Amino acid sequence: MTTTARPAAATRTSEPATTAPARRRGAAWWLPASVVVLVATVLVTVTIGPADLSVADVWRSIATHLGLGGALGLAPLDALPDGMVWELRLPRVLTAAAVGAGLAVCGVVMQSLTRNPLADPYLLGLSSGASLGAVLVLVAGLTVLLPVAAFGGAVAALAAALALAGAIGTITPTRTVLAGLAVSQLAAAATSFVIFWSATGDSYREILSWLMGSVAGATWTSVAITGVAVLVLGTLLASTGSILDAFTFGDTAAAALGVPVARVRWLLLVGVALLTGALVSQSGSIGFVGLILPHAVRLLTGARHRLLLPLSALCGASFLVWADTLARTVFAPREVPVGIVTAAIGAPVFALLLWRGRRIA
Amino acid sequence: MTTESRTEARTETRAAAPVGRAAPPDGDGLDAARVSWSAAGRLILDGVDVTAPAGAVTGLLGPNGSGKSTLLRAIAGVQAPSDGATGPGARVVFAGTDLLALPRRRRARTLAFVEQEASTDLPVTAGDAVLLGRIPHRSLLAGDSADDRAAARRALDDVGAAHLADREVTTLSGGERQRVHMARALAQEPALILLDEPTNHLDIAAQLDALRLLRDLADRGVTVLAALHDLQLAAQHCDHVVLLSGGRVVAAGDVRDVLVPDVLDPVYGVRTEVLTHPRTGRPVLTFTQPG
Repeated sequence: MTTTARPAAATRTSEPATTAPARRRGAAWWLPASVVVLVATVLVTVTIGPADLSVADVWRSIATHLGLGGALGLAPLDALPDGMVWELRLPRVLTAAAVGAGLAVCGVVMQSLTRNPLADPYLLGLSSGASLGAVLVLVAGLTVLLPVAAFGGAVAALAAALALAGAIGTITPTRTVLAGLAVSQLAAAATSFVIFWSATGDSYREILSWLMGSVAGATWTSVAITGVAVLVLGTLLASTGSILDAFTFGDTAAAALGVPVARVRWLLLVGVALLTGALVSQSGSIGFVGLILPHAVRLLTGARHRLLLPLSALCGASFLVWADTLARTVFAPREVPVGIVTAAIGAPVFALLLWRGRRIA
Repeated sequence: MTTESRTEARTETRAAAPVGRAAPPDGDGLDAARVSWSAAGRLILDGVDVTAPAGAVTGLLGPNGSGKSTLLRAIAGVQAPSDGATGPGARVVFAGTDLLALPRRRRARTLAFVEQEASTDLPVTAGDAVLLGRIPHRSLLAGDSADDRAAARRALDDVGAAHLADREVTTLSGGERQRVHMARALAQEPALILLDEPTNHLDIAAQLDALRLLRDLADRGVTVLAALHDLQLAAQHCDHVVLLSGGRVVAAGDVRDVLVPDVLDPVYGVRTEVLTHPRTGRPVLTFTQPG
């Protein structure tokens, strides 16, 4: 290795064209390609469903509502099929897209911040807290309060987890994980107790559907809530690429690169919690999207967050839309909660990733 | 080596190297004074004075638990406050600038810290790992520019690791990984570089390689302060050494003045003999158990 440590002057390469470390091939195309995939996904899946609607009818309905009907010379659809497209399917598809995108971004951020490949958006007890809130109002018959209760439960769980982690000392990755676990277990126990004690046949099914995660009841309000949350918080989180990159080799390395580690970790955790809380309030806790998608996308892009974050968001959106399409069609006319579909897909994929030895755990 | 010359060396130690002054602080280089650190009520560093002149390799020596790592981390400002605190009156000046008072990002453009065995499970390439060193040079929300990529490439060239750029860090050998970490530090374009055991877990060729790189850096005017475990390597490759024991500086100065039996034997509880390398003329240390 005598040739390696020459004086710098002798080894400086002059032409900048050759000095860029090689990017992974085709990286520039992945973002546009995944945007195209997502748009196509929405346009295709909205036409799929048990009701007998033709593809042309579906697009006619959407075009009319977007005010393009006149320009394209289209006649509006009958009220019933139109309502089915515009009031049921489209909000559901769009909500699934927003939830999928948000969960994937949160998953990337949590995995990077905690340096834990098994981290997901629910790590801080968010899903258990949300579930407890939701189950409480469901057994009380106050279904209308469900989103508020779920969001409140998620935020309360976050506060408890951060307080617990902070009470031990600095918010380190390990403490964060352990505090989240403690809060999760407690909230889950309370949820089980409430269900066991007071759930009747009717509410039981509703509770189970919510606990498994579902976007079946999505309305334009759901689209607005999840969409705004993802656009605002998701975009903020997705723009933190360099900061998360700095954590690649741990907290000390990040600090040595000038990153205010404690403050960044705190802010990002709160951002993840608020976004996840908003998503959970509309969809219940849908598992595996935030866990699997980041790993799958990392296989394509490597670990650089500036590409990983937006690409995970786009892929997460498409993934959840397709998963929900399966959930509502495979056993039609019966529906299964989309959480069952994501788990059915996610668990084997996770096992496959592990088996391929990509050092995700 | 004869008893006579050992006595001579000891005399020099006392005359030329007052404790805590490895070299006269000439305005260039690192001058840290009264650095104390306590954690959980335990004093880890007790008023340590360290100087490291620019353009030289200064070795930070001492037995396990003597405070080497903590001192480097305190100087680098990467220790989390809740993990302890610097004592009152601590001063860390580099080239006339108070490092502790600098904003983090400016400090990261002046000072690079290579920690011991930084690892990752993420599939990050060596080239991307080195690019991380550019983060202090740009806005936190910005991507890397052509300049950044050029600097990263230069840094990889400087450590002889250009061919590793596309390899994932997790697939590299210990020596290759150490070179990548050094390149990451170089990409920060620091004037002061602190290294915690840069030769740990490396085979001898990789150790020499790492030390050769430190020498090159010093020759370019960079101030190098490296915690080293191996006294023998320090004797061969450092210009100055600072010897810590129990959180205090026991001796500091030229290698030939500090790495002598009278200084080392009580600190390490061994019996040291100093020979002279037939080719380089530098001290060669041998150790036996006392008695």
